[in-house]
Amino acid sequence: MNQLNKFFRSFSTAAWLGWKIESNWTDPFLFSVYSIIKPLAGAFILVVMYGVIAKGNFSTPIFAYLYIGNAFYRYVGDVVTGVSWAIIDDREHYRTLKYVYVAPISIPFYLMGRGIARVVTSTFSVLVIMLVGVSFLQLNFDIQKVDWPLFLVTLVIGIVMLAMLGLILAGITLMLAQHQYSIGDAVAGALYLFSGAIFPLEVLPAWLRPVGYVIPVSYWLELIRRALVGNIAQAFPTFTGLSNIQLLAIMVGLAVVFGVLAVFIFRLCDRMARERGLIDLTTNY
Amino acid sequence: MQMLPPVNKRYTGWRLFLMTVWGRAYPRVVGMQRERSWILFDILLPMLGVSAYVFVYRAIGAPEDYVGFVIVGGAMTAFWMNVMWSMASQLFWEKEQGNLALYIIAPGPMMASLLGMAIGGLFATTLRAAAIIILGSLLFNVSYAVTNLPLMILVFFVAMTALYGMGMATSSLFLLLSREAWHIANLAQEPIYLLSGFYFPIKNYPFWIAAAGSLIPLTLGLDAMRQLAFTSGPSLGFISVPLELGVLFVLAVIFLFISRLLLNYMEKLAVREGRLTESRA
Repeated sequence: MNQLNKFFRSFSTAAWLGWKIESNWTDPFLFSVYSIIKPLAGAFILVVMYGVIAKGNFSTPIFAYLYIGNAFYRYVGDVVTGVSWAIIDDREHYRTLKYVYVAPISIPFYLMGRGIARVVTSTFSVLVIMLVGVSFLQLNFDIQKVDWPLFLVTLVIGIVMLAMLGLILAGITLMLAQHQYSIGDAVAGALYLFSGAIFPLEVLPAWLRPVGYVIPVSYWLELIRRALVGNIAQAFPTFTGLSNIQLLAIMVGLAVVFGVLAVFIFRLCDRMARERGLIDLTTNY
Repeated sequence: MQMLPPVNKRYTGWRLFLMTVWGRAYPRVVGMQRERSWILFDILLPMLGVSAYVFVYRAIGAPEDYVGFVIVGGAMTAFWMNVMWSMASQLFWEKEQGNLALYIIAPGPMMASLLGMAIGGLFATTLRAAAIIILGSLLFNVSYAVTNLPLMILVFFVAMTALYGMGMATSSLFLLLSREAWHIANLAQEPIYLLSGFYFPIKNYPFWIAAAGSLIPLTLGLDAMRQLAFTSGPSLGFISVPLELGVLFVLAVIFLFISRLLLNYMEKLAVREGRLTESRA
């Protein structure tokens, strides 16, 4: 019980700290603008690319596919890199990681809490992107047809899974002196490409598709699309042979595998970082 | 390790200016040779995003020239990132690290330091962008139809002069903005990629939006290079290449002039208030 209490305390305090760090640099209005402009511009790059070729016909299934995939991918980039970025922030910028380490907290839960803080801003961005899509771009989305239980279960499991992926990255970041700033972006970029976030996996060359099938994010995004726009998501052949339950089972299975892997990798990296004196390493790189 | 020879003679005027330019460009040029891991991160990382956009165009059945547009646009993001993070934010980083006071105290002119940063950064980034174009073109079988290579090279260099002039101007501005600089540099990515048409021709925008986007030198530079490099380029161009070249030339002069003004203002402020170089991290 004491251990559970420690996990929860570490997680909730870190989530609150993370939120403060994310939002304290400016006033709430500017923060809201900042939280809207960047993701909306990212979404509109795809909108213009699509609009140029499709001559403005936004009511097609492929547009809904890429628009929703791109919107919910915000969670992937923000949570995965958020967890690993906590190491960089605390070690290089604030130079407090060694103090965090000596505090009576659970480090993995602390790091995941820091990453989860970004869920608030991600959710805000996703809502704005979806609202703009429905209001101005004829996005094929009907709120009354949403499968809410499937959506909520998928979303929650997905965010936990992303935090675990972030923990793997955090472990690797602990060991790095160079390019630690880039590794989160590298992983987020690779997941963006291979998970079929903005195009069906069939578009990838056949030899690259298996990469998409072993990434839990691919199943997560497919389930999100099925929950929000079921008929459209099933228009693409990638996962049509699998039911929602089967997809959910595969995603949970992969999430567990990656979760176990995350704990193992983080412990290993953590031990090596302590042995090599990397916890308070400041590179100024 | 080979060291630079000690400076025994006191230089002034243009000699000092050129030595400062070389001194500041040197670490950026030589750094690439000593730290080769950039090949992995600075080429493969942009390639991931570029590839995703290529597959989007393929998924929606776009003409193959659009794949080339994405490759060239993706390569140009390297220059934008370099200008934002290694030019505009540089003086702010130097202040955070405690080096800015040394820059101001040193006898070399600050303008020469900024020019050195720009030249060093341009050299290093050109290698990265070239690698992205070569790799992307090979991976996705992009075919080019370059009609006028000397004009294309001229457009590139004038666009880069304007772009790095803009970076020199914003470096003083970012320094004055202090803590917000990081957030502004971070914000000036996707919105700029959107406004400047990094992944599509800006001709698709209404005229005045495209014209507003043209204040960023990469917008017209990219548009002109696409017009000169692809079969469908001229039909998708915003305005004629000679006109784009003329506007870029004017932008280059204006940005370099503004950078001089802002730098003078920043140096005066540093002397008068004595607080500009203090780190508040």
